[in-house]
Amino acid sequence: MERPIKVLVAKVGLDGHDRGAKVVARFLRDAGFEVVYTGLHRTPQEVAMAAVQEDVDVVGISIHSGAHKELVPKVIKYIKEFGGNPEEMVFLVGGIIPEDDFEELKKAGVDGIFIPGTPIQEIIDFIKKAVAEKRKAVAKK
Amino acid sequence: MNVDEIVDGILNKNRRALARAITYVENEYPEGKEILKRIYHRTGKAHVVGITGFPGVGKSTTVSKLTQEFRKREKTVGIVAVDPGSPFTGGALLGDRLRLDGLDVNNPLWLDEGVFFRSMSSRGRAGGIAAKTGDVVRLMDAFGFDVIFVETVGAGQSEVDIIEVADTSIVILMPEMGDDIQINKAGILEIGDIYVVNKADLGGAEKTVKWLKSMIMMDQEAIEILSKTTHADEAAVESGEIFERMKRSKDWVPPVLTTVADRGEGIRELADAIERHFDYLKRSGKLEERRIRRLSREVFDLIMDEIKMLLSKNDVVNYREIIQKVVRGELDPHTAAEMVVEKLIKL
Repeated sequence: MERPIKVLVAKVGLDGHDRGAKVVARFLRDAGFEVVYTGLHRTPQEVAMAAVQEDVDVVGISIHSGAHKELVPKVIKYIKEFGGNPEEMVFLVGGIIPEDDFEELKKAGVDGIFIPGTPIQEIIDFIKKAVAEKRKAVAKK
Repeated sequence: MNVDEIVDGILNKNRRALARAITYVENEYPEGKEILKRIYHRTGKAHVVGITGFPGVGKSTTVSKLTQEFRKREKTVGIVAVDPGSPFTGGALLGDRLRLDGLDVNNPLWLDEGVFFRSMSSRGRAGGIAAKTGDVVRLMDAFGFDVIFVETVGAGQSEVDIIEVADTSIVILMPEMGDDIQINKAGILEIGDIYVVNKADLGGAEKTVKWLKSMIMMDQEAIEILSKTTHADEAAVESGEIFERMKRSKDWVPPVLTTVADRGEGIRELADAIERHFDYLKRSGKLEERRIRRLSREVFDLIMDEIKMLLSKNDVVNYREIIQKVVRGELDPHTAAEMVVEKLIKL
């Protein structure tokens, strides 16, 4: 049997807006995923360490503070530093992200960006497809 | 990472290896079984502490505070926190980790080298822990943590599986969770080696403490002590002095402590009680006794699993054909079972 998809839903930095993250965490739970929620105000290092210890398939970072270009690449960098393999994980960013920044985030290793108003099904389908592809690539190696 | 790398990694304190091993074990990959076989000789040193209690009583917060306390005592700490998996979708919201360190900048835990936290879904299993929680504890034990906390799901009255993995079981309650009848019901309130009334700053904590103490006093030996008391001693019962007297006459009387976990009140005393209980277990031989009992049950369960595996392979015993005979009335279920076992023995 295929193992359940494990997702870390993270809030990083000085940003108290957690309604979106909680709603997403809840809907991902209902989609059959195992969701670990970090709570508010974690540092990029802490989020990275949680991703490594929990051995998640997906790291979803919710960010409304405008610091996404600064913080998201740090999370990915520290995962590597803590011995994790970002190549095996799917990175998602959700929140107030200007379209002009999409390119830069994707270059930093983000697979999907979801702004307010995204239907939850779109996120679920994206995760299922992206995780299946990652797992297939890992199995091949 | 392959099995060799993971086993080496665990024995050399590589957290990534431990994390991956847990994934293999939790998801019943063949690699998981292989890893468990190879690390077993390194297990048995950790003090496994179970934390259970109804939803919302403060289990995760207590675990976080205890972890900070044990870090101050220079112990390393592994944590396995179980939350319920949905019986409908299989999904789970694992919300124990977020209590870890409570953003207390003086005692941060998330990046602490001496702390490893893993969330687990119960995956629909009743009993309060996941099927593989015991094996995950074993991986952490082999890694070398001094103390391993196992936090159950928010438990109901009969979710007592924690005693299958923990050396010391802590039952946490809070004020106003029912009267003395609730507290004397069988199940979760029988299993505590230590009882904690958390949120003791709320009204009614003394009442809950008193009921817990009288519940503990109601066991056989205690009744002997009580039967020797007279009306004159009623005041002693009321004041809890009998409880103190009992403590002197028995090896271990579960202490009843009060805490206000989010403010850290009572945590040091709780940590002391945990260490005292471990000393008692070791000194009295109870630790070995408990572990023997658990292992014999575990090996028995594994034997059953192996037999089930054998039965599912049709070429060993033609199980399906035998069932057909029972369905057609050519065999009765008891004779069928005896026949199958006889065949298995001859293998």
